[in-house]
Amino acid sequence: MKRLWLEFIKGIGSENPIFFVVLGLCPTLAVSTNMTNAIGMGLAATFVLVCSNAIIALVRLWIPDKIRIPCYIVIIATFVSVVEMVLKAYAPALDRALGIFVPLIVVNCIILGRAEAFASKNPVLPSIADGLGMGCGFLVALLVISFVRETLGSGKLMGLTLSRPFEPALILSLAPGALLVMGLLIGGIRWLRSLRSS
Amino acid sequence: MADKYFVSAAPHFRKDESVGKIMGTVNAALAPAALISVYIFGWCSLGVLLVAILSAVITEALIQRCRRQPVTVSDGSAFMTGMLLAFNLPANAPLWLPAVGGVFAIAIGKQAFGGLGRNIFNPALAGRAFLMAAWPQRMTAFMRPFSVDAVTQATPLMLLKEGKASGLADMGLDYFDLFMGFRGGSLGEVCGLALVLGGVYLLWRRIISWHTPVSFILAAGAFGWIFGSPDGFFKGDFLFQILSGGLLLGAIFMATDYVTSPITNKGQLVFGTCCGLLTGVIRRWGGYPEGVCYAILIMNAAVPLIDRFVKPRRYGVTRQERNSGLARRAP
Repeated sequence: MKRLWLEFIKGIGSENPIFFVVLGLCPTLAVSTNMTNAIGMGLAATFVLVCSNAIIALVRLWIPDKIRIPCYIVIIATFVSVVEMVLKAYAPALDRALGIFVPLIVVNCIILGRAEAFASKNPVLPSIADGLGMGCGFLVALLVISFVRETLGSGKLMGLTLSRPFEPALILSLAPGALLVMGLLIGGIRWLRSLRSS
Repeated sequence: MADKYFVSAAPHFRKDESVGKIMGTVNAALAPAALISVYIFGWCSLGVLLVAILSAVITEALIQRCRRQPVTVSDGSAFMTGMLLAFNLPANAPLWLPAVGGVFAIAIGKQAFGGLGRNIFNPALAGRAFLMAAWPQRMTAFMRPFSVDAVTQATPLMLLKEGKASGLADMGLDYFDLFMGFRGGSLGEVCGLALVLGGVYLLWRRIISWHTPVSFILAAGAFGWIFGSPDGFFKGDFLFQILSGGLLLGAIFMATDYVTSPITNKGQLVFGTCCGLLTGVIRRWGGYPEGVCYAILIMNAAVPLIDRFVKPRRYGVTRQERNSGLARRAP
């Protein structure tokens, strides 16, 4: 049980896919303009991550080594299709907002990376814990970045306008703002960690 | 006896130049343009200048204190960054604008790269580009000269871009107005006379060389002359392109920044010419009316490349020897 917990918690903390491993930046930069999109993207990726990790861990002993990447992609694409259809059916607005980035979860480095680095070498339960942890880490990172970008960049929170005494800085809603916020957050977090370790 | 015999490493030729002295000279060269902006736009311009300078200096001191480095604000480089940033803002900008810009220019544009001498991009221009992307309406609401109630006025380049005027006569201006600063524009860019005075002073004191500014200005002017008019080639207004916008300010004070410009004279000619051409391209076909800021920032990124390719000849080596030496070393 303790091992499962450790596999779970490392995805949020010490091996956070965005802040420490720095993977999956493309969707992070694109959908972190507001928190609604961030939550949608984070949950979708978490679902795919948990399911694909579980299936890959189940079949890991039967997959020939030479064609393992195509096999992973097929499994991941299956779950992405499920997510996409569910989104189209029940949350069409969110689907439109996320756009191309839902099908692009197939080639998300975090998911393929966990399949290759973890699920292909570990049994099912730790793989599920790992996928859940990485997914939650991705979600947390998206929430933090999108919180900064949405409040400062458009003066809103979850789509609601804040009663604001300042003028929102448009740049934070644009692509350069995403890079700025992410870079500053990564730098700040690593600085804090270096302070603690020294 | 012993203390009269010095043994030291090269260079033995010494000059009493220092970062502080050079920055002081540049700041003095900027002073006429700052003073004239107060005359043209009134006291609000002084406020913008002071807030930008204070913000830049305080940010530099705070970050250097946090990074446990010696605090070097007394060398005047942060002061200069603040002043140049203010030169890029509308004179009646709300005071939080220069404050935020100063923090960004120093913290992200300069200290994030490691401080003075290590920044890739001109900090003042980085701050200006950030403000332009963040609050575009604030950054383009330029004040009409000599107006007490802060009436805004489009710059000549904006009028040209929007197609509201095709030449100086349509704008009710002449070259004298452009050169003296009686036109809409940012705080420090309007008065060409003050900028040229500052530039001549810097040239005289040998702080800058003529290569960057002259090639920059000529290239931008020539580009405007050739492509600047919708009627056809070679019908653009050479002098208008040079005197309007921030070309003089950018060419004399921004593109000549030691840290972010090439080392050799030849490299500076390449740098200035490319800056000028990019300025022309942005003015003519870009989304913004003025392109000096972005042209310099883009070329800042290319400076290491220029320095790599344009190397001075080694002392005592002929051109042929150098070329053959290179050929021998090539794999």
